Amino acid sequence: MHEEIIHTDNTPKEKQNYVMLKLGRTPAYGWPAFKQVAKRAVSGELLVGLWITLKEMVKTLFMGGKHTTMYPFEKMPIAPRYRAIHNMLRLLESGHYRCIGCGLCEKICISNCIAMETRYDENQRKEVSEYTINFGRCIYCGYCAEVCPELAIVHGGRYETASEQRASFSLFDDMLTPIDMLKQQQEFAGFGSVTPNADAAIKKTPLAY
Amino acid sequence: MGDMMNDNKITLKIDGKTCQAQEGEYILNVARANGIFIPAICYLTRCSPTLACRICLVEADGKRVYSCNTKAKDGMEVTVSNQEILEERRAIMEVYDVNHPLQCGVCDQSGSCELQNYTLELGVDSQSYTIADTARETANWSSVLHYDPALCIVCERCVTVCKDMMGDNALGTTPRGGSELNKELKDSMPKDAYAMWNKLQKSVIAPSNDTGSTNCSDCGECIAVCPTGALVSRDFEYTSNAWELKRTPATCAHCSSGCQIYYETKPTSISDRSEKIYRVTNEWNYVSLCGAGRFGYDFENRTAVKNEEAFGNAIEAFKAAKAIRFNSVITNEEALMLQTLKEELGVKLINPDAKAFQEFLNSYSAASGKTLWNGDYKEMMKNSDFIISVGSALRHDNPNVRYVFNNIQKMNKGAGLYFHPVGDSLIAGLGKNVACIEHKVNREEAVLYWILDRFANKDKLPAEISEYLASFHTKTAKTISETVMEDVKETVVDDESGESKEVVKKIPKTIQKEIEVDSSALLEAFDAPADFEDLVEKFLAKKESFALVVGEDMYFHPQADNLAKLVALIENTTEFKVSIVPPKTNSLGVALICDLDDDASGYTIGYNEAGDFRLSALGDGDLDMPALNQQEGTLTNMHKKVVPTNAALSYGGYELNDIMNALLLGKRLTIDWTKELPSKKGFQAVEFDSLPNRYTNDGVEHRGYMLESQKTKITVSMPDKMTANDMSGDIAYRCNPQRQFNEFTAKAHQIFEPFALYVSPAKAETLGKKAAFDINGKEFVLDVVIDEKMSGEIVKLPDFKHSSEIYAFFGKNRFKPITLRKV
Repeated sequence: MHEEIIHTDNTPKEKQNYVMLKLGRTPAYGWPAFKQVAKRAVSGELLVGLWITLKEMVKTLFMGGKHTTMYPFEKMPIAPRYRAIHNMLRLLESGHYRCIGCGLCEKICISNCIAMETRYDENQRKEVSEYTINFGRCIYCGYCAEVCPELAIVHGGRYETASEQRASFSLFDDMLTPIDMLKQQQEFAGFGSVTPNADAAIKKTPLAY
Repeated sequence: MGDMMNDNKITLKIDGKTCQAQEGEYILNVARANGIFIPAICYLTRCSPTLACRICLVEADGKRVYSCNTKAKDGMEVTVSNQEILEERRAIMEVYDVNHPLQCGVCDQSGSCELQNYTLELGVDSQSYTIADTARETANWSSVLHYDPALCIVCERCVTVCKDMMGDNALGTTPRGGSELNKELKDSMPKDAYAMWNKLQKSVIAPSNDTGSTNCSDCGECIAVCPTGALVSRDFEYTSNAWELKRTPATCAHCSSGCQIYYETKPTSISDRSEKIYRVTNEWNYVSLCGAGRFGYDFENRTAVKNEEAFGNAIEAFKAAKAIRFNSVITNEEALMLQTLKEELGVKLINPDAKAFQEFLNSYSAASGKTLWNGDYKEMMKNSDFIISVGSALRHDNPNVRYVFNNIQKMNKGAGLYFHPVGDSLIAGLGKNVACIEHKVNREEAVLYWILDRFANKDKLPAEISEYLASFHTKTAKTISETVMEDVKETVVDDESGESKEVVKKIPKTIQKEIEVDSSALLEAFDAPADFEDLVEKFLAKKESFALVVGEDMYFHPQADNLAKLVALIENTTEFKVSIVPPKTNSLGVALICDLDDDASGYTIGYNEAGDFRLSALGDGDLDMPALNQQEGTLTNMHKKVVPTNAALSYGGYELNDIMNALLLGKRLTIDWTKELPSKKGFQAVEFDSLPNRYTNDGVEHRGYMLESQKTKITVSMPDKMTANDMSGDIAYRCNPQRQFNEFTAKAHQIFEPFALYVSPAKAETLGKKAAFDINGKEFVLDVVIDEKMSGEIVKLPDFKHSSEIYAFFGKNRFKPITLRKV
């Protein structure tokens, strides 16, 4: 048994259909080589290539054919199901934050990165007095957004998480929709939704020629 | 009598399963003990059935009965569920869900909710009933209680536990002002569901005194039993979900009851990740907590660090020490370490509360021939129907003894006698067969002699005692008027026939009669009311199982030695089961383990007490020590059990065992001392980690182990005659307010009772707002706090703070003349 395994025959059993091209002999030195170089240099093939480059350059620069995204001044629209830094949403009518402090996000978090403090407030409501997500630990799994009964915590599109401190994003107020931006607050479209400008974003690949 | 009941075993079948039970047990409890599930909301194991929820409906021998109030019979066949019963239960749960706020997300019950559980269990996925909702406002009933009537399902568990177990009777139902039910529903919906709804729609819970505040002992047991989030602690409210809290089974550190509790911990805050105790919970079906146990949990030594310099000083101090002064809020292991120090270094051990208790126990043993008493509180609660308490401030000293006293009245149709110099309206109100006898100070001997006289088996009683008792009796002739029925013959003429007939008629007649009355001078000695004998006669009707509880007044008493002999004699010659209540948390353990000394002079180490070098778990000493919620160990409680307690919080400093190690007397861990506890005193050589600490569904307590009572030599035979030790003028009584027991409860942020003079309302009028007095030249100026349930002239002076001064002031007596000055 042992022997057989070592001496397994790996050579192909059928004949390969290789075709040999008749290119003649490549000049290796001397006069024939010089002749080939001179012929190729003056034949205009170079100019054909340069012409295409020139045409594309004009198209790109002056006719709007540019594909470059001018990051960080310009950003690609991000898919709604993309899971980046969380957003805390507000109620549209009252502007009050939606979070009721039920603690389900804290409970479900598999990397144990959510922590919150709650208290009985003056209006006899449960107030979220402190809320934080440790983004050093967060794996952006989305369970917190999925479990939230109030659609209060959702994932946003803010994927740039480079900062002097991770704590820069992690407090409740950092994630909460600014009160003056309430009208612009986007509802979470749900899992599986497509990018809003998906159709427009479809372009021919530049390598189509 | 308990033994007799054990014989009455019966057999019944529940859902085909054969179950053994004791006669008189409710079907529900039999099912629970046998692992059969019957849904029930309003029933509490040790309380009377309320019959509010009606969900425990079962079929017994073909009839629909409520399993919570139907006693199991021999050969009974019980069916837990059939189609009809399931429909009934489902309808009940639908009704409970009508208008119940959908705020489960923020509710403090956070899923540990019986309403939620049973709604799911019975598959309620649609609602057939509606009714207009009634506005119900939340209210704070006391410094700890918060009630949200919107969440309340009026199962009345809070009312029941408060009445039947705690005895505060602070809660009741009040009209809800809700809409009337549609009468048509009576025919269309299941019968029991309708009846339940009809009652539910009419009532809501409120303090029973109509003031809006409970004015109770703030024990919080109502919070514990609440099946929904209607009743919560004001401090805990909205601070945590149940699932976030880590439960550590432990033993309460505050009194000798040593109740099983769970410390529930989670991180303090986002910025401070150290663990904090958020609440204390209990197995409320089997053990009831007092306010100190439930709310006095944050007494840990937070800031302790390993300070090597302080540790070095401590070692020097121990080498130089002549005495160690400590109290009984320590574990058995620590007590054993201190005893080892005494044996190895020759230091004296000073502990006033345990010393007095130890002397009392020694006298008791010398007279009875055994180290421990024969009574058991659990047994008493179950079987006793007549209880006498002597020498214990029942409302203050040990909450669980009070619960036993109360439960006997409520559940066993019992009667109780409470002998104490300080009148207490709460105790008097525990039942209609309770009498409080306010005797003069130091008359406990007379009470015990009366018990002997009234209850002792005369054959067993020594002749001298019989003679002595007989000497109190005087027979006097007394003329009383009595009404008797007299037969009078009358001649009646019948109207129709005209015949005359002789008829015998009974006519009441008052006659004067001379009888011989036996009066006992003993009754006068403890100021018994005039009708005392009749009262006792009435109380004793149909009573079978007697219990006697003796408390701390007896150990701190000029005649303590004689009282102990009397207690031993009562135990030997009467049917009373006697229980002796240890004064502080682990006084029994310390009394058994340590060889204590009277006051000593010289360089003294104080452990949680005053001293030249202070070890302190309170964080204010020369070297930090762990508090009882930060260390493992065992406590010996009044149930004569050695129970384990666990560390709920971390501790950063040195322990007593570290000092022992530095003195080359230590062990690797503190809990290595557990198996070294003296077997001569009834302890067992078991590993700490093998000690269980839980209850099972049949209510059996699996906690630690029972101490074994040891046989001792009987060295004294007879109690002495009574001695009068009367006091005059203002008298102070060493007694803590209801939720205070020691410096640790005083540290807890939810225990508010101040260090003050507690007086009756009448006495307060003569004293004013503040009063001053001197103890050993040190002036104390204390607030005068009115205790509305107190009566009489005696003032209560607490010992939970300044204990060394207070104990020194009172000495060997819990009562002491005091000169109070108005301030």
